Amino acid sequence: MAKCAKDIHEQSPWQDLTLGGEVYEGGTARLTMTGEWRANIPVWHEDKCKQCLLCAPFCPDSSIPVCDGKRADFDFDHCKGCGICWKVCPFGAIDFVKEEK
Amino acid sequence: MAYNHKKELSKPERFVGGHRLCAGCGAGLVCRGMLRALDEGDKAVVCNATSCLEVSSFLYPYTAWEDSYIHSAFENAAATCGGVEAAYNVLKRRGKLDDTYKFLAIGGDGGTYDIGFQSLSGAMERGHDMVYFCYDNEAYMNTGIQRSSSTPRFATATTTPVGSVSAGKKQNKKDLTEIMAAHHIPYVAQTTFLGNFKDFHEKAHRAIYTEGAAFVNVMSPCPRGWQYSPELLPEICKMAVETCVWPLYEVIDGKWHLSYMPRKKLPVTEFMKLQGRFKHCFKPGNEWTLEAAQQYVDEKWEQLLEHCGQRA
Amino acid sequence: MSIRERLSGNEAVAYAMRQINPDVFAAFPITPSTEIPQYFAQYVANGQVDTEYVTVESEHSSMSTCIGAEATGCRAVTATSSCGLAFMYELLYVAASSRLPVTLACVNRALTGPININNDHSDSMGARDTGWIQLYAENNQEAYDNYLQAMRIAETPDVRLPIMVCQDGFITSHAVENILIEEDEAVKAFVGEYHPEHALLGRETPLAVGPYDISPYYMEHKVQQAEAMKNAKRAVLDVAADFEKTFGRKYGFFEEYCMEDAEVALVLIGSTAGTAKACIDQLRAAGRKVGLIKIRVFRPFPGEELAQALSHVKAVAVMDKSEGFSACGGPLYAETCAACYDLPERPVLVNIVYGLGGRDVATEDIARVYDHLFLLTRNGGQGPKYIHMGQRSSEAEVL
Repeated sequence: MAKCAKDIHEQSPWQDLTLGGEVYEGGTARLTMTGEWRANIPVWHEDKCKQCLLCAPFCPDSSIPVCDGKRADFDFDHCKGCGICWKVCPFGAIDFVKEEK
Repeated sequence: MAYNHKKELSKPERFVGGHRLCAGCGAGLVCRGMLRALDEGDKAVVCNATSCLEVSSFLYPYTAWEDSYIHSAFENAAATCGGVEAAYNVLKRRGKLDDTYKFLAIGGDGGTYDIGFQSLSGAMERGHDMVYFCYDNEAYMNTGIQRSSSTPRFATATTTPVGSVSAGKKQNKKDLTEIMAAHHIPYVAQTTFLGNFKDFHEKAHRAIYTEGAAFVNVMSPCPRGWQYSPELLPEICKMAVETCVWPLYEVIDGKWHLSYMPRKKLPVTEFMKLQGRFKHCFKPGNEWTLEAAQQYVDEKWEQLLEHCGQRA
Repeated sequence: MSIRERLSGNEAVAYAMRQINPDVFAAFPITPSTEIPQYFAQYVANGQVDTEYVTVESEHSSMSTCIGAEATGCRAVTATSSCGLAFMYELLYVAASSRLPVTLACVNRALTGPININNDHSDSMGARDTGWIQLYAENNQEAYDNYLQAMRIAETPDVRLPIMVCQDGFITSHAVENILIEEDEAVKAFVGEYHPEHALLGRETPLAVGPYDISPYYMEHKVQQAEAMKNAKRAVLDVAADFEKTFGRKYGFFEEYCMEDAEVALVLIGSTAGTAKACIDQLRAAGRKVGLIKIRVFRPFPGEELAQALSHVKAVAVMDKSEGFSACGGPLYAETCAACYDLPERPVLVNIVYGLGGRDVATEDIARVYDHLFLLTRNGGQGPKYIHMGQRSSEAEVL
């Protein structure tokens, strides 16, 4: 039986799936690249950012990583481009633009 | 302890990206905020009612939760959570478990106000040491925006459409927070997403670290159901509070506390005009709907002030 | 050493629960199973168990509570009857598909409506396809013994399915019988401890239970469940063998009574077997070759074994104590017919639906069934296949 989500896929035989659809690890959703859903993309201007972190709790996709009181650039693997961060930034440090693919 | 925004936001994320909630969905904010309110080192078990959140956050084999998680059905998140908590108690009593766990149930308004109401009421009355978080987006969004008892009057939903003889939903929103307060449990609160999330965080923390049953109702806008562009979520939440459509308050051991008094209570239209579900209310001939909506909010607000001992 | 004790069926099950000292008990009262949580509450009050006893607000929540508790790696138990079981219906599927070996003491009672509190099997028969193992008892001794065996069957690692331990409402649940009970320590040693590898609490890694399962996975998970139910057949026999070795009482998928040379036979479930055995003893004394198969394990259904046991019989009456409203017979009949289909020579099979809502069945009624079976052996099986027995009628009925 496969124990890890990364080893389970749509071609896995029934013998390899976990019983009852249990998953034995946390946070396996990271394997799903929801960044592909994006039409618009937030752009972070580090120079304008005051590190107030008002954007971070408003991200429904946990895509504004914060470490030791400071944010880093977006997690574009998972950001869906909702634009909330752009709206809540009081310093114009986030733009929200059409994404070129 | 004073709220330290930077410190709270620096905690490891316990609800991860890659879930399949719609862009801008409020439910993701509830999950992140609720788990951030846990003290570091404390473990949790999340019990989720069937909902948008459930089908989006645990789609086999992908869980967005770093903590243990159980989904059982639509109408029984509270009872399932009570079962987990009961098991924890016996394991602790028998010396089979060392870690501290907290028990968090979460459901949408469908699973909380309506089909899960009995289960919720029972679990709260029994006093399980758990918190039930409702992410209230005011309709059954998972099945395609049908009305719930939480849908406000005049909102359109797919089962309360506007037509030549209909101005949307006919009934006022059920006041579940007040009903939960009437259970006389140790902690009940109402909050939403505002500013630096201080209000949300403090209520979630208080709920989790109050011994016994607690209930937190979170207004959680849904861009699709409420018909607005996703980035407007913070503005809608702010207007819900400033118009007193969704007042912020707590009931601690039976005592009501108003968390926020708007400097100038704004007209309810400031909240309604942001959302397509109330669009018809602004058409000529439908002025009465705005008047009725305002009157209802005014009455409820006065009652709340009275409960909180704030009436002039 | 076994101890002889006078206990009702409900008392016997509650007694077994006390001996096992499960982790969590969640229950809601309903006639006739109510006594089980009542007896258990007294054990809790006396400190004879340290189970977490959750007095829920409905059966729906008792099964939900059991699901949550069992997923933590605990033993969770409940008891119910009739509408209580029906109210759990959705959660029965959840427990089974989440592979949570919850133990449910089902005291069989007619399902509403009209509302009726007496015995038939319409409650648990309605739940027969929910993925639960089902054991049925003829008497108080079997109710007790089945309960002692239940958890070990359900928790077998390649089974991991919930189990229903059924007995007949009032007929056994409230009737006091002299039965053999086992010593507490012997019971604890036999039942053992439960340590699942994965659990919501107390493991190195978190566990997520109950996903949204899209079509590329759902069927595979259902095949796993079906395989688990097949594995349960072996587990039932393994546990029964150990039970016999430990306590000396023998169990299997079903009990055969006077079947070696039987020309006609009954297949039935539960306490009616006692009545049938009394009738058989009388008829055998008169030289008539009649037999009985009493089904103990309905899920997994022992189809091949049952067919083999019936292969030499000329006519069989399958007696259903529940209506399936299929217009062609009850659930036990459908299973038995299907099981016998592959026999090179099949017996004549008829269905007798009887005893609904507590309608009595006496030895004379059973004797009439045997008479009818002998008639069928002579007339080549002519006549109706789907027969009700025991109802008043203004017309001439088959029985």
